[in-house]
Amino acid sequence: MKLVLDHIGVRVGRSMHLDDISLTLEPGSFNLLLGPTLAGKTSLLRLMAGLDHPTSGKIRIDGRDVTSLGVRGRSVAMVYQQFVNYPSFTVYENIASPLRLGRRLSAAEIDRKVLAVAEMMHIDKLLDRLPGELSGGQQQRTAIARALVKEADLLLLDEPLVNLDYKLREEMRAEMREIFARHTTTVVYATTEPQEALLLGGQAAVLDAGRLIQFGATLDVYHRPASVRVGEIFSDPPMNLLAVAIERRGSGVVRLSPDLSFPLPSHMRALPPGPCRLGVRASHVALAPSSPADIAIPATVELAEISGSETFIHGRHNDLAIVAHTAGVHSYRIGETVALHLDPQRLFAFDADGRLIAAPERQPGTVSGAA
Amino acid sequence: MRKRSLALIVYFLFILLPIYWMVNMSLKTNDQILVGFSLLPENPTLTNYVEIFTNPAWYSGYINSIIYVCINTVLSVLVALPAAYAFSRYRFIGDKHMFFWLLTNRMAPPAVFLLPFFQLYSTIGLFDTHLAVALAHMLFNVPLAVWILEGFMSGVPREIDETAYLDGYTFPRFFVRVFLPLIRSGIGVTAFFCFMFSWVELLLARTLTTVDAKPIAATMTRTVSAAGMDWGVLAAAGVLTIVPGALVIWFVRNYIAKGFALGRV
Repeated sequence: MKLVLDHIGVRVGRSMHLDDISLTLEPGSFNLLLGPTLAGKTSLLRLMAGLDHPTSGKIRIDGRDVTSLGVRGRSVAMVYQQFVNYPSFTVYENIASPLRLGRRLSAAEIDRKVLAVAEMMHIDKLLDRLPGELSGGQQQRTAIARALVKEADLLLLDEPLVNLDYKLREEMRAEMREIFARHTTTVVYATTEPQEALLLGGQAAVLDAGRLIQFGATLDVYHRPASVRVGEIFSDPPMNLLAVAIERRGSGVVRLSPDLSFPLPSHMRALPPGPCRLGVRASHVALAPSSPADIAIPATVELAEISGSETFIHGRHNDLAIVAHTAGVHSYRIGETVALHLDPQRLFAFDADGRLIAAPERQPGTVSGAA
Repeated sequence: MRKRSLALIVYFLFILLPIYWMVNMSLKTNDQILVGFSLLPENPTLTNYVEIFTNPAWYSGYINSIIYVCINTVLSVLVALPAAYAFSRYRFIGDKHMFFWLLTNRMAPPAVFLLPFFQLYSTIGLFDTHLAVALAHMLFNVPLAVWILEGFMSGVPREIDETAYLDGYTFPRFFVRVFLPLIRSGIGVTAFFCFMFSWVELLLARTLTTVDAKPIAATMTRTVSAAGMDWGVLAAAGVLTIVPGALVIWFVRNYIAKGFALGRV
């Protein structure tokens, strides 16, 4: 099913919830909606489902205008962030419920489909239980199973894994990728997490404050964020932004601070001299040089956060705040001086309006350290 | 600790004393009641109860009461269900005002409505029917039922409705198959409150009936025979009148607090 959103807007009172969004989802494609909370991901999904209707613009499915068509007239399945199941039905009845409506299927056929999808979601042992007797992960598996069994043309998932604990989320993420690869439905998957987006791949639509700010293949968006905002949304922690000046001396230098500059890297040769903003992902800032070309930035430690088996070091060099994402658990004293190393070939450059003007060359074969 | 349990025991004695005294009286003959003072009936007798169950003037009162209370309960819940759903799920002009206005219906004393009901029912021939009393009681019970049910319904996440529509349920089918089972305790509590208010209400029930639909409460208050008051039979009737209420309370005992809070806990 080909879904076209044509200049969609949603206005509630005076505030714009969605502003002029145009998007084309190809049949059978896997699409991500990536954006921070309140970016409008859920609003957009609800429009696609037909639960809400836009105040302006058109929605077309396979060329047919469905803007005002209600949810029952469309072939849609949806999974919510909260675990939504029918509390009074058993898991089996929950999964079977979309099959019992509309199309007439024989009991044997329903049974076969329910068992197949339950097995795929690893809940085949729990079919006689009520949702209230399941763990959070199992409840969400039931909800996903119910959405999958319907075999709708459009499958919408609204941050389905966000309410699960870390381990469960990792596990289900991997499963989800396989399940989507096997199905031919058009899928829209909303998430706030760059890691999840990279893992799932497909197309990514980046939303911010009700606007669509970039749409393209997920890896292309990751490697060429069209603006500073995309860079911030599509990396975790947000991309480091360094206000620098490009000076035309010799083959050009980048001046980070009065006493620190380095030669202009090859992909930024074409840039005009003057102020500009450089972006670098925290995972590309290291404590030790990885190649002789790396530049070393002396920085004072302002904070070192330990998260799992990783450490985020918040450093400051003059006015520049830089976050380094390093593997392993390290402890630093606040105020200590460290050298942060980064590879100039990994730098993004943005102009004064925040538009991308230079991006690093794609290194073939590497996804350059997931976000 | 001891002080507290002592206080509780005293409290229970005070509460139970009138009920005990009524049960005590119902097991005595009129002579025994009037002659002396005894904590326990000396020769317990069931003649008072036999009188009630064999004399149509008595038992028809119970039947009439139960009929109109049941009609009232069923109608109130049936009418309140869709209304409460609308108040819980949709936003429309004046919804909040209307919702509050419903409750103000309970703030007027029933006597206010006596005359209009009396005149109206006499005119359209509803006077002295079970339906008349049931409809009159709905004036108080429907707003209450809407409030209680709305509270329970708002406790059900809206996403469940949406999921049902996504699955392809039609509205009636969703409402009956999915939604009602989720609020069944709310329906039970609502039915209990409708039952209770209708069962204890005396003024409207007595005024709107004469013979055919005369409720037990009216029978009890009018029973003064030529030989004076029939104490024993009256006490027995009183005991039988609190039995249905106690039975219904037993079934919804776990939800009553929520009902008193109009489903909002």
